[in-house]
Amino acid sequence: MSNHINLERRRQAIYGWLMLSPAALMLSIFAFYPSGATFFSSLFSKHTRRRPSEFIGIENYNDLFADPTFWLVVKNNLFYAAITIPVSIVIALSMALWANSKIPARGFVRTAYFTPTVLPMIAAANLWLFFYTPGLGVLDQIGSLFGLQSVNWLGQPETALWAIIFVTIWKEAGFFMIFYLAALQTIPEDYKEAADIEGTSRWTYTRRIVLPLLMPTTLFILVNAMINSVKLIDHLFILTKGGPSDASKLILYYIWEMAFAFFDAPHAAAMTILILLVLCIVAAIQFIYLDRRTHYQ
Amino acid sequence: MSKLSHYVESAGAILLAIIWISPLLFAFWAAFHSTSDAVNFNITSAWTLDNFRTAWEGAPWLKYFLNTFLLVTIVLIGQFFFTTLAGFAFAKLEFPGKNFVFILVLMQLFILPEVLIVENYAMVSRLGLFDSLFGVGMPYMASAFGIFLMRQSFKSVPIELHEAARIEGCGLLGILWRVYVPLAKPTYLAYALVSVSTHWNNFLWPLIVTNSPDTRPLTVGLSIFGAPENGVDISIISAATMMSVAPLLIAFLVFQRQFVQAFLRAGIK
Repeated sequence: MSNHINLERRRQAIYGWLMLSPAALMLSIFAFYPSGATFFSSLFSKHTRRRPSEFIGIENYNDLFADPTFWLVVKNNLFYAAITIPVSIVIALSMALWANSKIPARGFVRTAYFTPTVLPMIAAANLWLFFYTPGLGVLDQIGSLFGLQSVNWLGQPETALWAIIFVTIWKEAGFFMIFYLAALQTIPEDYKEAADIEGTSRWTYTRRIVLPLLMPTTLFILVNAMINSVKLIDHLFILTKGGPSDASKLILYYIWEMAFAFFDAPHAAAMTILILLVLCIVAAIQFIYLDRRTHYQ
Repeated sequence: MSKLSHYVESAGAILLAIIWISPLLFAFWAAFHSTSDAVNFNITSAWTLDNFRTAWEGAPWLKYFLNTFLLVTIVLIGQFFFTTLAGFAFAKLEFPGKNFVFILVLMQLFILPEVLIVENYAMVSRLGLFDSLFGVGMPYMASAFGIFLMRQSFKSVPIELHEAARIEGCGLLGILWRVYVPLAKPTYLAYALVSVSTHWNNFLWPLIVTNSPDTRPLTVGLSIFGAPENGVDISIISAATMMSVAPLLIAFLVFQRQFVQAFLRAGIK
């Protein structure tokens, strides 16, 4: 009998590893090995025809820390995160509360909120170009109705990053909304009835009952919004290319530029490692605070 | 009082909806009007298809569409293959090292392929896949997220069905194919919708790996077409944009409920 169990165990082990190995191989090739290789190449100097690359330790990191553009880009990205994360969460929550309440044209409202989510970032950027173009753009035309001066939203350092931020919020708020919407629909009607009997105002009900119940969803969305603040950069390619004078440059765009426009892979690698560290912190937040059952059922 | 606040809130919700959809509506309007009519918001002006004609002739769109279509198909087939096998192993088999490997897979959820562009580019070149659709698709195939999703789905299958199939003389792969895969259909559908819309829209990685019209997907083609150096005007860019989002957008409007369900089920992209 125990022989049989042993046989079954061995069979499962063989099958298990066989079934896992294709995915494990792919993950190794495109995630684990590149992560290690990135770290490795961040410790070497740039390979040129005259000089082969050599080990220079943390020199690349020192270069970055001494580079004012790097700090500007980090500052931009922190600002980008600090605005897009809370604003899109608040808008998503309002959208969900509205889309869940009895309002006229609810179907249209839901569709309108969610539609930007299915558009490519590049297409979204093209749509917004029509709004931002100085003189001809929609924003300027609306402004001119009120006698405002024409503004070159994408062309001046004070507004370029804001223009980028706005597109990001527009793109992701509707996506976050559906998670709130799903969570709202799990809140039992009884709570609302009880609150009504007690004569609680709707505002108090929302603040004291609904928001705490939505907390796990908020954390889940928060993690996603943090990841998005690193990776949503496609619209930069259309709208500003990081300019003017780096005012709207974000870190992933800078990595791309460093590696594929300036051909400086070691410094790009060093920046990649720094981003991976930040993502590890986000991962830690996820594992420590987030109730994993919330959305994975 | 509460009636008033109801009106105010409804108005707010609808106003926000109009603001949210307006970029799309303006682009739609611009795509069907001449540039001067479009920017002057001349409501009575004539509708035209000229912008679409000009845009269509300006780039090999058919090739781009085909590339995007092939790309999302390749990625989806690859993802189904890799995540089904790995998800099943994690969900239903016991073997040494399983938990350790599972933690490694979870870690990959945070190592975004977007961030590893430099080394993944080197890897794809080394494999001889530069400027090929396989090169674009490969890094996404063994998606940790997909493995996780499949594992959850397979876990919920009652063990009795597994046992019954085994008594009928079905091998392990047979059980996976005949019992688990059919039962996980809703998950596959959800995953497919999320995957297709993600990769239809993906830009940065295809931009890096493709280098010719023969492999370029729509997003990259669109960005090149709209580049300011090309001096294309706003109506034509709008027409090109509408053209390239149309298939996904129409699919979304028709299957809206399924899309939303899919994104919910998938949790994260």
